[in-house]
Amino acid sequence: MNNLFVYLEIENGKVEDVSLELLTKGRSLAAQLNCRLEAVAAGSNLNAIGEQVFPYGVDVLHTFEDARLYPYTSLPHTSILVNLFKEEQPQIALMGATSIGRDLGPRVSSALFSGLTADCTALEIGDHEEKKEGKTYSNLLYQIRPAFGGNIVATIVNPDNRPQMATVREGVMKKEIFDANYKGQIVSHDVKKYVSDTDFAVEVIERHIESSKINIKGAPIIVAGGYGMGSKENFNLLHDLANTIGAEVGASRAAVDAGFCEHERQIGQTGVTVRPKLYIACGISGQIQHIAGMQDASMIIAINSDPSAPINTIADYVITGEVEKVIPKMIKYYKKNSK
Amino acid sequence: MSFNIIVLAKQVPDTRNVGKDAMKEDGTVNRSALPAIFNPEDLNALEQALRLKEQYPGSTVKLLTMGPPRAADIIREGLFRGADGGYLLTDRAFAGADTLATSYALSMAIRKIGKFDVILSGRQAIDGDTAQVGPQVGEKLGIPQITYAEEIQSVENGKITVKRRLEHGVEVVSGKLPMLVTVNSSAAECRPRNARLIQKYKYAQTPSEKQTSGKDDTNLCDARPYLNLAEWNTTDVNADIKQCGLSGSPTKVKKIENVVFQAKESKTLDSSDQQIEELIVELISNHTIG
Repeated sequence: MNNLFVYLEIENGKVEDVSLELLTKGRSLAAQLNCRLEAVAAGSNLNAIGEQVFPYGVDVLHTFEDARLYPYTSLPHTSILVNLFKEEQPQIALMGATSIGRDLGPRVSSALFSGLTADCTALEIGDHEEKKEGKTYSNLLYQIRPAFGGNIVATIVNPDNRPQMATVREGVMKKEIFDANYKGQIVSHDVKKYVSDTDFAVEVIERHIESSKINIKGAPIIVAGGYGMGSKENFNLLHDLANTIGAEVGASRAAVDAGFCEHERQIGQTGVTVRPKLYIACGISGQIQHIAGMQDASMIIAINSDPSAPINTIADYVITGEVEKVIPKMIKYYKKNSK
Repeated sequence: MSFNIIVLAKQVPDTRNVGKDAMKEDGTVNRSALPAIFNPEDLNALEQALRLKEQYPGSTVKLLTMGPPRAADIIREGLFRGADGGYLLTDRAFAGADTLATSYALSMAIRKIGKFDVILSGRQAIDGDTAQVGPQVGEKLGIPQITYAEEIQSVENGKITVKRRLEHGVEVVSGKLPMLVTVNSSAAECRPRNARLIQKYKYAQTPSEKQTSGKDDTNLCDARPYLNLAEWNTTDVNADIKQCGLSGSPTKVKKIENVVFQAKESKTLDSSDQQIEELIVELISNHTIG
């Protein structure tokens, strides 16, 4: 009872990275809370899930095996979590801030009347005092996220309701094997006791899921553009530079919203979090939501016409100038000096 | 065949155009410095609703919004683009609501509206980006949901078929009405305001706007009942006060911090050829690139 649960997203029998990242975070939080880490797998052909997740320190794996549970639909997976959580009374439940987790989390939280915080960029354990009521709480989950256009960072707590629920985007937490020989226990549940036939209200008729062709998450060098690039045409300069030095192209949300570039390249709180060895930020002012997604880069070069752009404060090199002029020079001198 | 369609819409501060005066000195948000707009994805949802209405004559599109009295602008904006009416849910008791308390209030208002076949909303609002209120309203009403919709493909034999746009692909799903659908920004853009509808609805107002305007539009509104916008408080929608606003919100904001970056020691270059070449040579020689 009162353990920490992670909902596993499974595609083609494989647990998604976002869930493994949450298990890694969950393992360390569970150790701090001195509770168990439990995972929930719902779908079909779940035999190989245990061996995938136990090395991340999972103590108990709950499986719900039924062909109708894959691909994911909202209501059956909601019923599983709601009814399982009623039995198990977890103190914390984590899921990916993906199109599945963001579909499932709110329904579960509504049914259980438990608080849910979306798109957290950090999760910590700490105490809390409700001054008005004179109550103190220990070991709450601090759900930390940028808010309000990225101008502030808010710490959210759920003092009275359980589970404390949070979603986290892929790439925000690190994925790390806890112990390759760790052995947990598998509890397989009778799906009929948790899901009713009427839950299968939505049917998936067609499905085309592709692994993303754009791999900015794993790219060692990223050339990213912001609203300051000015146009879609100017974004081609970034592609030229990226092609020359062997990088991927990323973008800030403002650039994506302006239509300069596809959403899959968006870096930041509502996009992808990256940790490249070199990050070249071009025409990016540096809102906190963007910085949240790239501040762990080993080296940051910021190119901006505004010498007081916030991103300059976290950059190793600041080039003050117009991106349209600076980028072609970088290409030229790379070609001249590389062998 | 015709449908009762409800569109959930939110008035939001335009966080995409945050100016330097957006934050007060004490680190709180200066809402008055930000223009209030129709949440962009809610406009995508409205467009899907209006398309359904065109396809199935006799269907009605009603907007439901919760907010301060000035959120009546959202209903007028919807009327200008083709909606048939709207409801403003406004009460001090709603203030401070998190997503759960918000969805409770909206679901009570929808129960009051009564008949509905399709509830549409934007996937998420730009001031919070949570994408939670749509699914939570669906759960509170006990109806299924289709999130991340890009296009409603058909509504036939009581079933709605929807194309969803997910992170790494698309899905076509189908389910029985009533259904709650949340719409992505990748869906069709909303049609612009219609000049004829602006003429028709520009004096549309809520009871409290009538009181504060100082003008007497009673005769006008009596002659044209469609100018009376419904305005509901907690009592009107039979809401349990304990489940509204702050008291109905399980999440509490513990702390708000202004963002201060840990400044690094950075090297500033100008855009001269010499400085850029030196930088590139340095990056190549320490194997950062190349």
